Amino acid sequence: MIHLEQVQRADTVQTTPIVCMHCEDPACAAVCPADAIKKTPDGVVQSSLKPRCIGCTNCVYACPFGVPKYDAQIDQMMKCDMCYDRTSVGLKPMCATVCPSGALFFGTPEELAAERSGTPINEFIFGGKKVRTKVYLMVPAGTRALTVSTGALVRKSDLKQVVRQDG
Amino acid sequence: MANPPVAVELLNEQFGPHPAHVPPGGWVGRAQPEKIIKTHCCFCGMQCGIQLKVSKNQVIGFEPWEEFPFNRGKLCPKGVKRYLQGGHPDRLLTPMKRVEGQGFVPISWEEAFETTVREIKRIQAQYGPDSFAMLSGVSLTNEKSYLIGKFARLALKTANLDYNGRLCMVSAGAGNKKAFGLDRASNSWDDIVHAEVILLAGTNVAECSPITTDYIWRARDRGAKLIVIDPRVTPIARTCDLHLPVKPGTDSALLLGILRVLIEEGFTNEAFIAEHTSGWEDTKAAALAMSLEEVSRISGVRVEDIQKAGRMWGEAKTSFLMHARGIEHSTKGVDNVVSCINLVLATGRIGKKGCGYGTITGQGNGQGGREHGHKCDQLPGNRDISNPDHRAYICSVWGCTDEELPGKGHTAPEIMEMIHAGEIKGLLSICFNPLVSLPDSNFTAEALGKLEHYTAIDFFLNETAYHADVVMAGSLHEEEEGTSTSAEGRVIKINKVVDPPGEARTDTSIILELAKRLGAGKFFDHFTDSESIFNELRVASKGGTADYFGITYQRIVDEMGVFWPCPEEGHPGTPRLWEDYKFKTNDGKAHFNAVTYRPPAEEVDDEYPIVLTTGRVVSHYLSGTQTRRIGGLVDLCPDPYVEIHPTLAEKYGIVNDQWMRVESRRGHVVLKAKVVSTIRPDTVFIPYHWPGKKAANNLTNRAYDPVSGIPEFKRACVRIAPASGPEQ
Repeated sequence: MIHLEQVQRADTVQTTPIVCMHCEDPACAAVCPADAIKKTPDGVVQSSLKPRCIGCTNCVYACPFGVPKYDAQIDQMMKCDMCYDRTSVGLKPMCATVCPSGALFFGTPEELAAERSGTPINEFIFGGKKVRTKVYLMVPAGTRALTVSTGALVRKSDLKQVVRQDG
Repeated sequence: MANPPVAVELLNEQFGPHPAHVPPGGWVGRAQPEKIIKTHCCFCGMQCGIQLKVSKNQVIGFEPWEEFPFNRGKLCPKGVKRYLQGGHPDRLLTPMKRVEGQGFVPISWEEAFETTVREIKRIQAQYGPDSFAMLSGVSLTNEKSYLIGKFARLALKTANLDYNGRLCMVSAGAGNKKAFGLDRASNSWDDIVHAEVILLAGTNVAECSPITTDYIWRARDRGAKLIVIDPRVTPIARTCDLHLPVKPGTDSALLLGILRVLIEEGFTNEAFIAEHTSGWEDTKAAALAMSLEEVSRISGVRVEDIQKAGRMWGEAKTSFLMHARGIEHSTKGVDNVVSCINLVLATGRIGKKGCGYGTITGQGNGQGGREHGHKCDQLPGNRDISNPDHRAYICSVWGCTDEELPGKGHTAPEIMEMIHAGEIKGLLSICFNPLVSLPDSNFTAEALGKLEHYTAIDFFLNETAYHADVVMAGSLHEEEEGTSTSAEGRVIKINKVVDPPGEARTDTSIILELAKRLGAGKFFDHFTDSESIFNELRVASKGGTADYFGITYQRIVDEMGVFWPCPEEGHPGTPRLWEDYKFKTNDGKAHFNAVTYRPPAEEVDDEYPIVLTTGRVVSHYLSGTQTRRIGGLVDLCPDPYVEIHPTLAEKYGIVNDQWMRVESRRGHVVLKAKVVSTIRPDTVFIPYHWPGKKAANNLTNRAYDPVSGIPEFKRACVRIAPASGPEQ
């Protein structure tokens, strides 16, 4: 369960894939009244357990990354579980296997840092609250934690500013 | 009589496109695969390796193929969803004939063959052999391309065979032959990674050749600079180091400007130019004849950005230049291609690690398909059908006389014009949907209505085939073995995964049966399977520039592809061309070609004041015959739209998501507006994958490059207005 967000199409063609960040202390699990969201010993936060999930969507509202999705057809919350069926048998998650541009990468933060420019971080600050995750995000070198504000992620690229129109 | 037998809406209801969201049998209780077969994706010239899961003769899923070196398991959305085209409810399962007022009704293969052959003979007896044309396509394998080239000439006995690569690769091919004497990307993509600067000219790689972005990013992670020439901020342009938002149809002016900067600021490699090239003085003079101010005025790119581009390209020690349809779909397509090559040659950065150049093939087998058969002026091995030596060699391989081998025929758009003019009366098509893909769709529809007979071979009933008299149910990519050649020039193996369903037949068996019934069996009877066709292709290509003689099925499998030229079995293949600087031109040198700027075929005026450009989206392929039937891809982009800049939208009172009318001298469409600041304010963009009232090609211009014959899809002039709703 990965989904793709178009950031702000009026101003940019930027898209961003939303995968579960697999928080150390997952908000989705904390707010679940049915205790339906479990974390594996290796730190993977799973989809809701079908027998327990009551479809209340608390998790959908609580997640700061916008990951869990409620599926009305099956009355259950579904989310990225890092392709547990694949990763548990030594394969990479499907998204990181097929990603054409390498925007999604499966490996250690050290491997990632060696290959790419920038720094991998796993600390995010939402309204003053720090969230640590198992999944890392590449940011410009020197950044330690990311204070998340969606407006700041949008780069306005208006061709009006660089186009000559008198021709 | 070749108009649709009933209303198009009724045909759509019966034959689709219906988007399939689930594999045959659905998700729940999906069978475990009986086997997993390595093959390649059918969409685009990247030809990514993929493994298809099969159960009960149906493709039920896929698994990435991480060992295949080109894409290393990576796939775009088309690759991920491609498995949903097998077992599709719209799949043609029997031959059919047109019945006026009823639609298409199933018939026996005997009737389909008998009718087609009778009509071919009747029309050719009455109007001459060239009055029956064949149109083919390069989603077909090398084997089928070769077979069709031979079939059209020796069985159908017509000169008028051409292919949909006429809308794709012909400008690049002609430009490469002029400059290098050979038509192939000069390097494998591995050299991209080692380039210090990458220049992309008119190529929306993220959407049209997605795996290329991986190579570009690997170079950027090593510090490479990226320059993008495009009228829109494409996904790869969004983060590039320098974006040159060129006005559509003015690329050659901009490329002249960049060359001028290289000359004026001393970035040219004079030693390389003197030793390994010819034509420099004229080219240099042509570049110096146009001031940067003039270049800027024509192209709409700022002088300082042109200078920056020249310096960025000039200062680097290694570089890679790639271009695609953005510059090639032009009445100056060949000029634009040689202008790009001029930049490469001026700096002498070719034939070495990290120094390269390549055009990006658009179609699955756009590279191999054009080398071996169904281009109107070519014979196998990229030979010239007008060259007596080339003809003599192919006659010796085919066992025919020179009199039996027709000469140069007409291009696909010319064939359509000749059908319209009543000069061509019959048509056989395979793997080509010209009603959607040729410019000026209304004209194409009119032309098709004038055919006396039309037989179409395809796996889904495409919109052009609505005009057919006989439809033959052919085979999908995964239903027949063969080879194709990727954008890199890597020959790869397509494996048969399932049998054609129902009474559908393999394309090869259809062509062979037609050949036999046309009395040309002696040229074809020895073909027993795809490999036997490939083995004849190897011999036919031997000694040509595209020499496949040393490539065998076994080698392709063992080596995960072999790069041509590969003249002998012991030859390792050639991933990187020109390491010896021995070019395939008549004088052995790389040729500069002087270019003087010419305006596009259509200039804006008071009546049609806005420039229209067209292109692809990531979720669709060509005329959409396949991708408009795959649910997940339709969901990503269900309908075409008009990208328009907010200042232009405001001027016409158009807001985001509103219906708007776009009209050219040829026709009109009514689509929704996508108001975005990522396009030039004087230009609108419409993706072209849809037919009928949604077709971008209702608007485009039947103007062609004088050398390559490619249509000017990237530049037409239109007027726009808000609309109250979709057209009924």
